[in-house]
Amino acid sequence: MSDHMMHDGGHDAAHGSLTSYAVGFLLSLLLTAGSFGAVMSGAVPHAMILPAIVVLAVTQLLVQLILFLHLGSAPDQRSNTVIFLLTGMLIVIIVAGSLWVMHNANVNMMPMQMSVERALAKN
Amino acid sequence: MLGKLTLDAIPWHEPIIMGTGAVVALGGAAMLAALTWFRLWGPLWKNWITSVDHKKIGVMYIVLALVMLLRGFADAIMMRGQQALAANDGAGFLPPHHYDQIFTAHGVIMIFFVATPFVLGLMNVIVPLQIGARDVAYPFVNSLSFWLSAFGAVLVMASMWIGDFAATGWVAYPPLSELGYSPTVGMDYYIWSLQISGLGTTLTGINFIVTILRMRAPGMGLMKMPVFTWTALITNILIVAVFPVLTATLALLTADRYLGMHFFTNELGGNAMMYINLIWVWGHPEVYILILPAFGAFSEIIATFSGKPLFGYKSMVYATSSIGVLSFFVWLHHFFTMGSGANVNAFFGIMTSIISIPTGVKLFNWLFTMFRGRIRYHSSVLWTVGFMVTFAVGGMTGVLLAVPGADFVLHNSLFLVAHFHNVIIGGVIFGCLAGMSFWFPKVFGFTLNEFWGKVAFWCWLVGYWLAFTPLYILGFKGMTRRMNHYDHPDWHPYLIVALVGAVIIGMGILAIGIQLYVSIRDRDQNRDLTGDPWDARSLEWATASPAPFYNFAVLPEITSLEQHWDDKEHGRHFVQPTRYEDIHMPKNTGTGFIISAFGFVMCFALVWHMWAIAAAGLLGVIGTFLFRAYDRDVDYWVPAAEVQAIERRRTDMIRKAA
Amino acid sequence: MNSPVSTLHGGHGGHEHGHDAGANTVLGFWIYLMSDCLIFAILFATFGVLSTSYAGGPSGRELFDLPYVAGETLLLLVSSFTFGVAMLSMQARRTDNVIILLLVTFLLGTGFIWMEVHEFAHLIAEGAGPDRSAFLSAYFVLVGTHGLHVTVGLLWLAVMMHQIARYGLDGIVRRRLSCLSLFWHFLDLVWICVFTFVYLRGVL
Repeated sequence: MSDHMMHDGGHDAAHGSLTSYAVGFLLSLLLTAGSFGAVMSGAVPHAMILPAIVVLAVTQLLVQLILFLHLGSAPDQRSNTVIFLLTGMLIVIIVAGSLWVMHNANVNMMPMQMSVERALAKN
Repeated sequence: MLGKLTLDAIPWHEPIIMGTGAVVALGGAAMLAALTWFRLWGPLWKNWITSVDHKKIGVMYIVLALVMLLRGFADAIMMRGQQALAANDGAGFLPPHHYDQIFTAHGVIMIFFVATPFVLGLMNVIVPLQIGARDVAYPFVNSLSFWLSAFGAVLVMASMWIGDFAATGWVAYPPLSELGYSPTVGMDYYIWSLQISGLGTTLTGINFIVTILRMRAPGMGLMKMPVFTWTALITNILIVAVFPVLTATLALLTADRYLGMHFFTNELGGNAMMYINLIWVWGHPEVYILILPAFGAFSEIIATFSGKPLFGYKSMVYATSSIGVLSFFVWLHHFFTMGSGANVNAFFGIMTSIISIPTGVKLFNWLFTMFRGRIRYHSSVLWTVGFMVTFAVGGMTGVLLAVPGADFVLHNSLFLVAHFHNVIIGGVIFGCLAGMSFWFPKVFGFTLNEFWGKVAFWCWLVGYWLAFTPLYILGFKGMTRRMNHYDHPDWHPYLIVALVGAVIIGMGILAIGIQLYVSIRDRDQNRDLTGDPWDARSLEWATASPAPFYNFAVLPEITSLEQHWDDKEHGRHFVQPTRYEDIHMPKNTGTGFIISAFGFVMCFALVWHMWAIAAAGLLGVIGTFLFRAYDRDVDYWVPAAEVQAIERRRTDMIRKAA
Repeated sequence: MNSPVSTLHGGHGGHEHGHDAGANTVLGFWIYLMSDCLIFAILFATFGVLSTSYAGGPSGRELFDLPYVAGETLLLLVSSFTFGVAMLSMQARRTDNVIILLLVTFLLGTGFIWMEVHEFAHLIAEGAGPDRSAFLSAYFVLVGTHGLHVTVGLLWLAVMMHQIARYGLDGIVRRRLSCLSLFWHFLDLVWICVFTFVYLRGVL
């Protein structure tokens, strides 16, 4: 009786294909190897490692969002994508805002080794 | 097995608590006896506890809110009493440790267990009716949400007689809230009652977003939704956006307290400021969650009783959405003084000033709605006008506090306390009580007594102003918040006036109680026969009062922003359909109640470190949830003939009214 | 307002919902998943703030075993792939294939959890438990919360395998598998952030 509610006649939106999953998997594998390799191999100059792994991570996130989670502009995926983008913006605001606030709070903290007298004498 | 729990947990030596306990126990026993004597357990279980009907769930939320209002108000009157008495460094009647728990409980209860359930309750009752839907998207989850909140309230109440409550203030900053400075179970009661009710609220947020986005009647585009539904949509988006922050932050504090971690401790690298930062990332949007539905209620009320469409519908929608967005950019104004520096303070101060603008837009829209209207001064309109005057002042003191320089003087003074009570009482409470007066007939089928409604309004209005204007002045005079006693004699008269104001508010609460009694007693004389006692404008007024359990026999086709009003103008209203169909409805279930009850057991056991019992509670939650997952008998069909019979009875009532 | 006849939602006799209730469930689940994203974002932000609060104790460079983490990553990534293929089989209504692929996913996920528990136990035994410093508290809670989510996912996988065996791939089971699939993929997404910002960045 409850099947009545669920469209039993195969109404699932077509989500991906074996090819898209395989491509997603292989790309993710490569990107992961790239990240671990960048850090472990010593081939990348030290200052570039962090930007490199960030870029690789963001790329892999996009690969999996699009190929595994099927986010995109297709009509039945549009709301999911919009909601995801809004969540992303929210996360950026909260995380960046928190890091900014906390950085400033920490900077203004009295150093642990300093005594109260020294702090007063500084000004 | 029983962890830290012993008979010593009961505060035998606290006369106020034991006295209250005796009264509650007697009253509770009387209620249980009455339920048994009148054989109401069956109907209570069948029609209310297991209900998945949004209208019933909404009523239960509001009942919870009103009951907890009594507790929260009791805390308030005790605080006012203490401060009126404890001049010249007198001790008053509440020792500091007790007093600290009272102001903490007052804040926690009023925000989480009065304002939040009231607002959720109004949205629950009205939104599906306003959008032409039969129920919310997830009726079972709706029931679960309510019972989670209710058991959260039970947990807070339990703390009064078994153990103690947090004594940290309602936001519980570490390191005070860490084990080192709050070693008793009180802080744990705080944590678990907020986690369990917070989960319920988050689920409600998801429920209503999907309901509003996906279950509107055909033809109702977003810009044809009633304003109350718009405010509900933005509110629920805010809920889903920020309650996870509360959940995570409290979980980190829990990790510190239960697992010896160091997120916010003084030792081993913890950073208490991170808690303060995160809790206000939640805390600021929370207050917008409370106020936006109140704004929505006022919009509906003022349009109805002015006999005019709401002025500036589009700008109302944009203003509400802007408030929602901007609410994420202001949180630091709660801790300007705590060391983030001038640049950070400047940014957040400016953003806080900006957020007052859309509210101003709304205020002008309400005024323009009234302008050249034929205004009927129903009590809900009195609440609305009282709100406009009171909230405007509260908003302005908020903009004053938004200036970091001013805030450095006024932070944590009674000025701040007056400001937020100004906006919460003047905005949220007035809005909830206005909404209650306005929509009561829709829910119960008869109108509330107007005389006592007006008495309640005037008591609240006068009481509020008497109670809090002195606090604004005291804030300027330098009195800080949460003071147990003081030795500035010139503060004393103001605190006495504040106590008088609180007593008058108490009379307002009493008036509401009398109003309910008188209205129920006189209900037959005040039946709403047509479903539209106020000659109102939006879709919920097209249904019967009370609305049938399926809401609409035939889902309406929407062609207008004010569908019901338009139908009345064209004589199309109250038209009975020529054909009825079977209606698909969800079955009632006790699962939501049972899962929440197990959750309560788990949380209570965690408070007292009764690990085996907590594990059993958790297993109960998971097991019951799985039981539900295997339940395939969750819905049923209402035969068209039954629908037709119900609708015929309604048509008869309408004819009787004419 | 009342159209006399409900001609709204296609022929389905009395099917009043009209709005695809299965799709509504998935939308609601997606929104829940976004709220879960926010919880992780808070945990990441906290980790970020506390990432150098070693309190004189060990740092990431001393503790993290990158090849081991690579192993965990591989298990989770492959499991994400096998779940995706399971969903394809679901669309093709190939019940046996679905159960087998879900079982493989389950085993890979269990392997991941086993490795993580082993890693945590090792750290605690070395005196680098979550109570040692704020950095370690943040590490254990962030990675541990992810692990708890995976564990819940394993329980859910087990239940789904049983429900498929019992009810077949009917509408309700398919709807729930869709939700689980979102959940499982989302956990791999979070893990990408974990291995990048916790482990790889932690050793720099």
